[in-house]
Amino acid sequence: MLDLTAKTPCDGLLPVSHGPFTLTEIVPKALTSIAPFKGQAGAVSDTLQSAHGITLPSIGGATGNGSVQAIWFGQGQYLLTGPAPDGLDGIAAVTDQTDAWATVRLDGHEAAEVLARLVPVDMRPAMFPDGTSVRTLLGHMTVSITREGEGYRIMAFRSMAVTLVHEIAGAMEAVAQRL
Amino acid sequence: MRVKDRGRIDRESRIAFTFDGARYEGHPGDTLASALLANDVRMVGRSFKYHRPRGILTAGSAEPNALVTVGRGAEASPNERATMVELAEGLAVTSQNRWPSLGFDVLSVNDMAARFLGSGFYYKTFMWPRSFWEKVYEPAIRRAAGLGALSGQHDPADTEKGFLFCDLLVIGAGPAGLMAALVAGEAGADVILADEGFAPGGQLTGEVEDIAGQPAHAWAESTWAKLNAMPNVRCMSRTTVTGAYDQGTFGALERFPEGRGPRECFWRIAAKRSVLAAGALERAIAFRNNDRPGIMTAGAVRAYLNRWGVSSGRAVTVFANNDDAHRTARDLVAAGVSVAAVLDSRHDAPKSPDFEVIRGAQVCNTAGRKRLESVTYRTSKGEQSLMTDCLAISGGWNPAVHLTCHMNSRPVWRDDLLAFVPAPGAVPGLIPAGACNGVFATAACLADGASAAKTALRELGMTSPDVDLPDAGADAGRISPLWAVPGKGRSWLDFQNDVTVKDVKQAAQENFQSVEHMKRYTTQGMATDQGKMSNVTALAVLADATGRAIPETGTTTFRPPFSPVSIAAMGAGGRGQSFAPQRFMTSHAATVERGAPMIEAGLWYRPTYFPAPGETHWRQACDREVRYVRNAVGVADVSTLGKIDIQGPGAAALLDFVYTGLFSSLKEGRVRYGLMLREDGHVMDDGTTARLGENHYLMTTTTAAAGEVMRHLDFAKQVLRRDLDVATISVTEQWAQFAVAGPKSRDLLEDLLGTSLGGWPFMSCGPVKVGGVDGRLFRISFSGEQGWEIAVPARFGASLFDALVAKAEAIDGGMYGMEALNVLRIEKGFLTHAELHGRTTAFDLGMGRMISAKKDCIGKVMAARPGLVANSRAQLVGLKPVGEVQQLVSGAHLFREGARISPENDQGYVTSVCYSPTLGHMIGLAFLERGPDRMGDRIRMVDRTKDIETLCEVVSPVFFDPDGGRARA
Amino acid sequence: MRLPCPICGPRDSREFIYRGTALDRPAPDAGTEAWEEYLHLRDNPAGPIREFWYHHAGCTAWIEVTRNTATHEISDAVLAGGEGAA
Repeated sequence: MLDLTAKTPCDGLLPVSHGPFTLTEIVPKALTSIAPFKGQAGAVSDTLQSAHGITLPSIGGATGNGSVQAIWFGQGQYLLTGPAPDGLDGIAAVTDQTDAWATVRLDGHEAAEVLARLVPVDMRPAMFPDGTSVRTLLGHMTVSITREGEGYRIMAFRSMAVTLVHEIAGAMEAVAQRL
Repeated sequence: MRVKDRGRIDRESRIAFTFDGARYEGHPGDTLASALLANDVRMVGRSFKYHRPRGILTAGSAEPNALVTVGRGAEASPNERATMVELAEGLAVTSQNRWPSLGFDVLSVNDMAARFLGSGFYYKTFMWPRSFWEKVYEPAIRRAAGLGALSGQHDPADTEKGFLFCDLLVIGAGPAGLMAALVAGEAGADVILADEGFAPGGQLTGEVEDIAGQPAHAWAESTWAKLNAMPNVRCMSRTTVTGAYDQGTFGALERFPEGRGPRECFWRIAAKRSVLAAGALERAIAFRNNDRPGIMTAGAVRAYLNRWGVSSGRAVTVFANNDDAHRTARDLVAAGVSVAAVLDSRHDAPKSPDFEVIRGAQVCNTAGRKRLESVTYRTSKGEQSLMTDCLAISGGWNPAVHLTCHMNSRPVWRDDLLAFVPAPGAVPGLIPAGACNGVFATAACLADGASAAKTALRELGMTSPDVDLPDAGADAGRISPLWAVPGKGRSWLDFQNDVTVKDVKQAAQENFQSVEHMKRYTTQGMATDQGKMSNVTALAVLADATGRAIPETGTTTFRPPFSPVSIAAMGAGGRGQSFAPQRFMTSHAATVERGAPMIEAGLWYRPTYFPAPGETHWRQACDREVRYVRNAVGVADVSTLGKIDIQGPGAAALLDFVYTGLFSSLKEGRVRYGLMLREDGHVMDDGTTARLGENHYLMTTTTAAAGEVMRHLDFAKQVLRRDLDVATISVTEQWAQFAVAGPKSRDLLEDLLGTSLGGWPFMSCGPVKVGGVDGRLFRISFSGEQGWEIAVPARFGASLFDALVAKAEAIDGGMYGMEALNVLRIEKGFLTHAELHGRTTAFDLGMGRMISAKKDCIGKVMAARPGLVANSRAQLVGLKPVGEVQQLVSGAHLFREGARISPENDQGYVTSVCYSPTLGHMIGLAFLERGPDRMGDRIRMVDRTKDIETLCEVVSPVFFDPDGGRARA
Repeated sequence: MRLPCPICGPRDSREFIYRGTALDRPAPDAGTEAWEEYLHLRDNPAGPIREFWYHHAGCTAWIEVTRNTATHEISDAVLAGGEGAA
């Protein structure tokens, strides 16, 4: 009998730390993109509320925490982390994205200084508080970045995991050297 | 030499450095320039063209003379301005543009030949013979005229880039900038204060004056410290704002001399508003031999004394046309340095009890080869000489308007100030303040800075706090025009490019009278300092020579960067592994382990072939891999193809709109080949699309076109067909997908999946369980054999690949790479972007009938234009060599037998070739005029670059299994 | 250069891909001239111009930007097609 073994996107690459900064891999149980069909955003939000206890976030936002979280993921698109959603048939396009993304978490005092070397969006805590999420660039990669507590959850294409870690770890090292 | 009780260097600590091998000492707080002057090193370089001895002219970033190479070997950095280099332990510095040494320079003979080296010398001299241009003249000129040389080695030092954001960017931390930052900081605005120096205060760092009852530099330091303590203010020293760009974007170069981490960071700063407080640059006066070491700007002499405790000479003479320069004499005398005289061109210059002021005096010549020894000046009484080893000159101050010109604005002339000031609204959102705005007195600078901040705050909708203006000097001093002292000999304007008053006059005489022409003809202002010292003076000389006023004469344009930025800093974040993301398949590790050379496809890395023991050539591996697929089974990772999940009630209609064929009629569980056109009727991409459910499709794209197709679909659904309710998302990364192809492919998969695949016809698809994991299976073929693609969530990709390969190898198959994949598809006449190269139509590809008549689609209207469906077009054919020469070359062109090889006779071109192990000879795909009508004809393939001519037969592009029976088996 | 994405707010131009002048696609039967104009003929004003940009590194919206070619001033940016942000 075939027995497939799973590998995480950042297998063998993480964790990495430099000075106060740490970069760790997050392996979500499930990632699901949700794109409500026309006029169905409210119904989708209600369904998520009753099934998983969270609503759809507004643009650039994130809802939920810990085990269930929804982040804004682009125009008319959301990403649910945690459970696979129920009850969205016919009101939203639902696509499994669990394996599509390398997800890492950057922590450390003034981690925004690390991201300032990589991301053309203001990542300072005051401008990018807990519960906000953006789609932008990190180096030359398109990414999703969500503020979670004191840290940042960063998602890039799975195939780019090596570059993702290389870029962030390089900036961590550069900033840490000057502290 | 050092002067007692002056300067703010740490005299307790010593820093050792070398200049041209000689060892010297300085102190923390020194720049390289101040340390060299303290050690009485006067001559620091040779000039660009005439190789004249040159010394330090200024104390700031406008320095044109003191360019040196810092560091050794690969880390050597040429053309560093000694005035901006912070002294550091072990700093190794060498002078430039001299050979064999600074003291004895062979090419200083150029100086003797100066009368032959005037404006346009190169244009006039190095004209004939033409063949000498590149081989003789250019190398000789490059060697003779020059700056520092690059090491030629890879620079190992790191640089970085970054992005910053603020409400208000304050450029310059002099009195105006500090005050602007203070007001905005106290208002709670998000402020960045950037200053190019390593000590705050701008001009105040070198002046003896009071602000708020304390020494000005102390006020600057305490204000900086106060700002630094504000959480909403980011103070950046050693940071030069180098350019102003659209929508409040600025470039800034931050230097980190302490040797930890990257050397420099190039920032992009997005500021809602900005205050330019860049100060002013003191200009020289042109007179004969005004370029000798020891001749410096008056402000620089003052700064070296007051900030660094260095006297620039034993007997200093001041030559000026303004009051401000008198402070130099005042400060020198107070420090006990001898002042020979103040030569003031004005007849009403102020007198002083402390030093001699000679009114109405103009310096008309100087003497001293490697350092100044004496000056000759002229008054109404005649000419007199004065022994002096330092001449402090001031022709007035030029506001540093540079950044206000970066978006195409030209500064405006103020006759009262004898200076250009920024034009109103020069850069949207940027407010000039202080000396760069033509406001010179310290008190006025403080007020102007505060006022600029208040304007910015008001525009940002923020409330200005009450901030008291500190007491400060209110005298701006007077000035009378003096640009160039008339007389014989050479009077320098542009020290860095060796341009003299005579050159500018000559340019005017030769009718290069426009300032832009004069600049290019003489090269004035075209050196690395962009003529910061010389532009306005040169302009005044040109105005005079052409009988025009200065504003009429106009200015040349300042462009970014304000001061030089290393290419490394500009390109930071794009070097080595950071050049582009690397995309690796889940089978990457296993592939590399098998020794497969990788090739880039878009950003992906794919295996070219898998070498086996005993094989000495890639073709052996490729042929073997082709045979796996034709005879047994081959396995290839095809995860790199773009995969787009399309869902919604409008999914079918969207596909009908972007593909030439009908997809609304595709049955669930089936797959169809699709051709996508650009709106101009040419083919954009192709691929298969599977219908997974009533409103659910999965599209595949070619590897490198995935992003472009996604953008195209977004345009179609967001802009062209807003009526459709459909969602798209890439699932390329979600699925690891492997091609399993060959006559034994079904056996392999049935074994792997533990189920019968008898009910899966060609072009079917559906869900399968793969070792308990939900996967997908597609019966499609890019090889012409019975073929499948099996997909699992990417986390299982590596594991599934290993399992597939092990099973394939057990039944005489194995993995195949891109070379074999290419051979297999050429044998079948399948297309890649070698054929879909952007200039081919569906008609050219023999797929004209794939454009459905039943509906509109992107590109349909234009694809029907007569010119795109004319039979005379080059159309897809196969080529088979039939002569003695058996080689085919892609890119080669096609000619009729016997026709002359010329563009008019060109009949087409070859796009893809390979050796077919299946057929035993080379085969090729080509586009040939009227190709389909010429089956069986002979045609000459000619590659002029490789000198290969091959006689070919025109055949069907499907070389193997033309009825497709094998794929359906 | 920064573009004001109607969904994401002002963003660095590196996040966008340029397409060209914002024009309406002609009907299939609009005739050769209309199609020729749509595909190949462009005004080149020194002044405001409406053009399509794609926010590829952000929300992936196609937007219609009004940009002054002489000054680079951007006076307007809306979703292409004109509906509200989602």
